[in-house]
Amino acid sequence: MSAVIIAILVLLGLAVVFGIVLGFASVRFKVEGNPIVDQIDALLPQTQCGQCGYPGCRPYAEAIAGGDTINKCPPGGQSTIEALADLLDVEAIPLDDEHGEEKPRSIAYIREDECIGCTKCIQACPVDAILGAAKQMHTVIMSECTGCDLCVEPCPVDCIDMIPIETTLSTWKWPTPKPGIELIATDAGRGSAQQGGFA
Amino acid sequence: MTEFLLILISTVLVNNFVLVQFLGLCPFMGVSNKLETAMGMSLATTFVLTLSSLCSYLVYTYLLAPLEMAFLKTIAFILVIAVVVQFTEMVVRKTSPLLYRVLGIFLPLITTNCAVLGVALLNIKKMNGFMESIVYGFGAAVGFSLALILFSAIRERVAVADVPTPFRGAAIGMVTAGLMSLAFMGFTGLVSF
Amino acid sequence: MSQVFAFHGGVHPPENKRQSTRTPIRQAPVPARLVLPLSQHIGAPAEPLIKVGDKILKGQRIADPVGRISAALHAPTSGTVSAIAPHPIPHASGMEAACIIIDSDGEDRWIEHEGLADYRTLGKAALTDYIRNSGITGMGGAGFPTDVKLHLGDDHIVNTLIINAAECEPYITADDMLMRERADDIVAGIEIIDYLLKPSHILIGIEDNKPQAVRALEKALAGCSLNIDLRVVPTKYPSGGEKQLIKLLTNVEVPSGHIPADVGIVCQNVGTAYATARAVHHGEPLISRIVTLTGEAVAQPQNFEALIGTPYELLLRAARVSPNDLYRLVVGGPMMGFSVDNDQIPVIKTTNCLIAACPDEMPAAPPAQECIRCGLCEQVCPAELLPQQLYWFAKGRELDKAKHHNLFDCIECGACSYVCSSAIPLVQYYRNAKAEIRSDEAEQRKAEHARVRFEARQARLEAEQAEKEARRKARAEEAARNQAARKDKPLATASSTSPAPIAAPAGEPDLKQLKTAASVARTKLKQAQKALKNAEDKGQEGIDALRDTVNALNTKAEAAQQTYDQALNADSAASTAPDAKQLKTNAAVARTKLKQAEKALASARDNGGDDIAALESRVRELELRARDAQQAYDAADAGAPGIDPTKLAELKADMEAAKAKVDKAQAALEGAIASNSPAVEKMTAGVEKLRGKYQEAKAAFDAAASAPAVPPIVSPTRLAELKADMDAAKAKVDKAQAALEGAIASNSPAVEKMTAGVEKLRGKYLEAKAAHDAAASAPAVPPTVSLARLAELKADMDAAKAKVDKARAALEGAIASNSPAVEKMTAGVEKLRGKYLEAKAAHDAAAGTATKDVAAAPAAQAPVDIKALKQQVSIMRTKLKKAEKALQEADADAAPPLEAEVKELGARLNSARETLNAADQARIAAAAAAGVDLKQLQVDAALARAEVTKTERALGSADSTAATELEQALLQARSRADELSKTLSRFE
Repeated sequence: MSAVIIAILVLLGLAVVFGIVLGFASVRFKVEGNPIVDQIDALLPQTQCGQCGYPGCRPYAEAIAGGDTINKCPPGGQSTIEALADLLDVEAIPLDDEHGEEKPRSIAYIREDECIGCTKCIQACPVDAILGAAKQMHTVIMSECTGCDLCVEPCPVDCIDMIPIETTLSTWKWPTPKPGIELIATDAGRGSAQQGGFA
Repeated sequence: MTEFLLILISTVLVNNFVLVQFLGLCPFMGVSNKLETAMGMSLATTFVLTLSSLCSYLVYTYLLAPLEMAFLKTIAFILVIAVVVQFTEMVVRKTSPLLYRVLGIFLPLITTNCAVLGVALLNIKKMNGFMESIVYGFGAAVGFSLALILFSAIRERVAVADVPTPFRGAAIGMVTAGLMSLAFMGFTGLVSF
Repeated sequence: MSQVFAFHGGVHPPENKRQSTRTPIRQAPVPARLVLPLSQHIGAPAEPLIKVGDKILKGQRIADPVGRISAALHAPTSGTVSAIAPHPIPHASGMEAACIIIDSDGEDRWIEHEGLADYRTLGKAALTDYIRNSGITGMGGAGFPTDVKLHLGDDHIVNTLIINAAECEPYITADDMLMRERADDIVAGIEIIDYLLKPSHILIGIEDNKPQAVRALEKALAGCSLNIDLRVVPTKYPSGGEKQLIKLLTNVEVPSGHIPADVGIVCQNVGTAYATARAVHHGEPLISRIVTLTGEAVAQPQNFEALIGTPYELLLRAARVSPNDLYRLVVGGPMMGFSVDNDQIPVIKTTNCLIAACPDEMPAAPPAQECIRCGLCEQVCPAELLPQQLYWFAKGRELDKAKHHNLFDCIECGACSYVCSSAIPLVQYYRNAKAEIRSDEAEQRKAEHARVRFEARQARLEAEQAEKEARRKARAEEAARNQAARKDKPLATASSTSPAPIAAPAGEPDLKQLKTAASVARTKLKQAQKALKNAEDKGQEGIDALRDTVNALNTKAEAAQQTYDQALNADSAASTAPDAKQLKTNAAVARTKLKQAEKALASARDNGGDDIAALESRVRELELRARDAQQAYDAADAGAPGIDPTKLAELKADMEAAKAKVDKAQAALEGAIASNSPAVEKMTAGVEKLRGKYQEAKAAFDAAASAPAVPPIVSPTRLAELKADMDAAKAKVDKAQAALEGAIASNSPAVEKMTAGVEKLRGKYLEAKAAHDAAASAPAVPPTVSLARLAELKADMDAAKAKVDKARAALEGAIASNSPAVEKMTAGVEKLRGKYLEAKAAHDAAAGTATKDVAAAPAAQAPVDIKALKQQVSIMRTKLKKAEKALQEADADAAPPLEAEVKELGARLNSARETLNAADQARIAAAAAAGVDLKQLQVDAALARAEVTKTERALGSADSTAATELEQALLQARSRADELSKTLSRFE
């Protein structure tokens, strides 16, 4: 009987001691702030589109630092998810469809003869990329547009199109080389199977 | 001194915890996708393993053994390991944010690494002394790191290789790990400790 | 011969150079059509100087460089500019870029040109500028503008000039043939470059597979005063690479990420030296170059001197290509060139070779196999990189690591691909990885930029918010301060304030303001008087000062009062139709004041005050004023020419209010009598007074009512308003009634009061109803309803209908769930339905009128606002789109109503569109009926307007002799423009 009591006491004693140590440590080694937010923010595409459900890229960065999933950014797409996974040392997961799908980078274009000059898009633009005044035709500054889509919804006459950015000579990229012959006969015609990791 | 060296060789190569004794396979498979990650994990494990084998030795020798409470060792060691991991995480986070960036995510994972508990228990079983326990723990950690880093380097290459579809991902990883294990079996008989 | 060093790696591919060196350089024919890309060099594209249709001469500058790193462009032959348009250019992407396209006139006529007599007399800057204007770029491969490389002197010390004559790539012999035939010009070019750079020594690097070129150069160098070191290097690809040649000749390694000039070395190609000499000594800009035409598919491999802009097809024909054998057309060498599949692509400044290869010569690349880590690529890499490692990184998309392994030092020479035993297209991987890294970086920059802009916007919005807040606060503070100031003023600043601000606005006196001023002055006076009295009582010092103040204030108050009175009089005099109400109020105010004054006087008399006299005078004055006001009011009242119903209603309201007061007072009096209050007498008086007021009001009302009422023209909107009033009144009555009943039920003591309230409300309702009925029965002005208005009404109606539906659905839900709110909801639904019916009625009525209007439109230029219609259509379209989207997103059970909505919206959109079209048509038809083409008219009007502006501008800059003429022209143009505008506006 006494052995049981001793055992309980021993474990209790250990637990108390360790508890004190940890409690002391948590007070003594308290850390404020989270420098990781800046790093996450730097990886996000800064379209400020809010498709992630947060009002801008920085709030989402803060949410990620606070433990939110990293797959809520459609403009950044898979490459951003991979960069985030790299930074945070977590698995890269596919984009969450709930927040939209990855589209080619595009910019807004206002069909100027249909624009009625309501300034609603100007107010919606998070980066001040739309120029215009009340009752005057508006236009998008192409170099500043992030393609966030936010101006499309408010337009009362639907005169804003999202036009995918065309490749020019200066933005043309050498294509990825075609993969070599498939050595495994059974793989023929299966396409590229997913190269996944362990969960 | 020779003894310590022998312990090291034994734990790193001959009785490699991962590839020969098959302990700590979870992080071995889980965090070996990228070399940098594997290195971070190795560092963290080395740190914790050494510290926890020391602590568990102390707890056993000066608390459990005198009270004849040896049967409590497993539960007590788990407690010790959890506390060591937690404590390490806090200290590292405060003192070296950079190291925390590297280790941060993996530190909590180590709590569930069976190699850590295995080392603590084996120390008792082999009746290692204080220094021996530390060296044994350190050697085990180095062996774990070696296996993990080698494996992740291989997996980085395998990721871009032309692997048959059914084998892609975890399957080829397992095959690779098996082959590595076979290779490490070659050290058997080099030292017996 | 001096020492030659070695560089790491390199390969020895079959040279294939002999085929094209058998015959001398041949002049290529002048093509009928030349295509000159605006960007033939590294850097910004040039800016065209000519327009389509311009005649140009050979050698004429047709495009200017833009920015520091850019090159000019010259016409290679004489002819006409036929277009400046996108055209395929020699680029690996096969894409198009802006080009100047010239139709040759076949004369090949030079513009006047001559070389510099002695370039040494020119400054270095001027000579560099001259070279820049001659459009000379590096002829070796990259096409870097030469003048930039020649103008380094300021921040770089050049000690070695290397002339690159290695020409290491297989097949290409353009430089070889140039050296064989035109070595003198090359040496002349080197002299010019030497003059500009002043290097301590000059090296020419040439591979040992060109002995004839070496001999020719040696011969030319014999007559040269410069100490030029000709060094023959062993043939090995890529010894012609800039950094490799530098290593070969000087054993200096150019550090990663640096240019040779950083280590004091400048490299120039022999072709560039030749072009420089032609430009400086002969005044010929860079308009032609040597191009090697080779490959097994051409019958006569040889070098051509081709004009820049010559299409490949012409050169291929000149070299007698056999189209059946032609398998691949490669631009550049076999190692670094690229295939093109369009033979209309032109020769540009960097095109040194065209290889028309047959299938055996350049077979398609075999499929890549797995890397076997043989390490051959590492051994041949001239940049000493780890190609195999880079390949893994590029393939595994680990671009950061690739960058850390110095991917950007790769010169893309192709040596690794050449030796790869698994036939992996390594260079393509590197090119792709480089492009990916660059675009990632660009995106990163853009993201950073966007972030900065976003934060700036955020900051701006916050600042705006803060500013607004601050302004609001400031206003509040200001108000508080003013309040405080007004309180503090009398004693402190009374004497210093002048009455000027009160007297000043005499021109158009603001009555209200004046009144305020007057009252303020009065208040001040009173305060001052009080203070004075206090002071006198207590025998304090400063009494004199106070007295002064009081006097000053007195005068001021009087002045203010006078101003006010004057203004008042002026106002009442000036107003032709005096506002009866205002007058009445005035009269009442005057009376009240009089009474007050009388009271004050009485009390003053009782107390034996000093200011009795003043008060008396004031009372008199007030009496006068009261009488005046009353008179004015009476006059206005009597003379009211026609009292409109609103006025009447007002009067009635006044009357009723008066009556209510009387009643209340009476009740109070009775209560007082009952309780034996001492105030009875006073109250009686009050009641009497009130009764008098009531009588007065009643009289006024009766008078107004009996006055011949002007038949009111009631617009439908007014009618609707009245109706709304009526409804509101009715609702109030109902509510009150309900409350009353509740009160009765609960035996509340307030029942009586409530009953009275209800009665009152009912009265109001009846009144409102009467007004409404009257208005309704009044001859309604036929409302001109625009289509837009109609659409609005319809929208209202629809909205109302939707609301009804929604409410009904809610109600059903509530009934189903036995909610206690059912009754209320039912009422709500009923109400909504009423609203809907009303809206519908309004819409129908309007539609009736509108259709009539529309029918009448074509003849009488319908009051149809096309723009409004257009907007309407747009809005409809949007609504429809949104509804459609909602439909798509909605789940199955919500779909049917949405579908219906979408259908309805579609129908509405169509009808709106039809209306718009009809209106448009009508407009055009109306114009056509008048025999005018509307469009033509518009164009004419615009042209006429433009003519006017043009003439005006000309007039502005013309001198006096031409001025009169121009003025006349202007007048004419203006009248024509006006006329056209008028015609146009008739139809629009």
